[in-house]
Amino acid sequence: MLQGHLPACGCLTAAILALGSYQPFFNASSQELMRPSLNPEGRQASDIVLLNRWSVRNYQVQRGDVVSLISPKDPQQKIIKRVIALEGDIVKTRGYKNRHVKIPGGHFWIEGDHYGHSFDSNNFGPVSLGLLHARATHIIWPPQRWQKIYPTLPKGHRLLPSANDSSMDEDNE
Amino acid sequence: LHFLFSGAKMIKNIISKSLGFIGYTIQYGCIAHCAFEYIGELVVCSGPSMEPTIQNHDVVFSERLSCHLYCIEKGDIVIAKNPSDPKMNICKRVIGLEGDKVCTSSSSDIFKTHTYVPKGHIWLEGDNIKNSTDSRSYGPVPYALIRGRVCFKVWPFHNAGTFGKSPNERVPRNV
Repeated sequence: MLQGHLPACGCLTAAILALGSYQPFFNASSQELMRPSLNPEGRQASDIVLLNRWSVRNYQVQRGDVVSLISPKDPQQKIIKRVIALEGDIVKTRGYKNRHVKIPGGHFWIEGDHYGHSFDSNNFGPVSLGLLHARATHIIWPPQRWQKIYPTLPKGHRLLPSANDSSMDEDNE
Repeated sequence: LHFLFSGAKMIKNIISKSLGFIGYTIQYGCIAHCAFEYIGELVVCSGPSMEPTIQNHDVVFSERLSCHLYCIEKGDIVIAKNPSDPKMNICKRVIGLEGDKVCTSSSSDIFKTHTYVPKGHIWLEGDNIKNSTDSRSYGPVPYALIRGRVCFKVWPFHNAGTFGKSPNERVPRNV
């Protein structure tokens, strides 16, 4: 009797796994914090983004990627932020307990694009890469905002150029 | 013509058998993945940080339900992602949950220092206090890094069974 149900279970599981690789993400509360790149009109129209989970299976992200991760303050909530710095980088912080922070191994620094109203690394410090959930690749709703999300560091970011990385100079304030 | 026809039939037979085999492999693979993700997995532990409770090369079974249901308790042994290297795992005991006060000084210090475990984090320590890198070096660990709760040892057989309390007096008693 189980044999008859096994193909159905198998197909359902395969479908869940395939969808799990790409997921639409909708979270009204955290959308506020990524204006204007996500949610330019505020809560009246929340963006829906497509998340790629396969690309972060080895925890490889670039500076400037928009990523979703599990909140370090609440394991039941996911937040979407931009990666500003990776391990070894030095960041000038806004409102954190230390003025400059060197990112420890296995951690990264995230910030929301909306300065001043963002619950990000400026509150809770560098975040472990193990909390990384997915990378946001496209905005898929509303249709007039359909676009690919490119990894760009926002103007006025406070990542200090490291000695061996000359390509960072043009992004500095 | 008859020869060609039976040849084509044989190839079609082989293809349908292969597809059937691949189909079954995928189905059982998916079910195995769901079992490992949501039920539990066998873990080979290495390192001396949990002696004498768990020795080097012991095999334990860790269940995933507790961490999905958020019911990890103080005194549980858990497997978690290493905060300094997410591709490695660590096996430690939960000493404190969010809001708990934990002692950060060693027993040989004269002045005791304490810290409170922040929201959404836990404090982990190995049973082998003298030889364990744990929250005393890398700080409190976010709850979401926990992969599973170790419930019993399966190898070696003569030591198999469930785990007792910590051999150290580090797990604070509830008052």
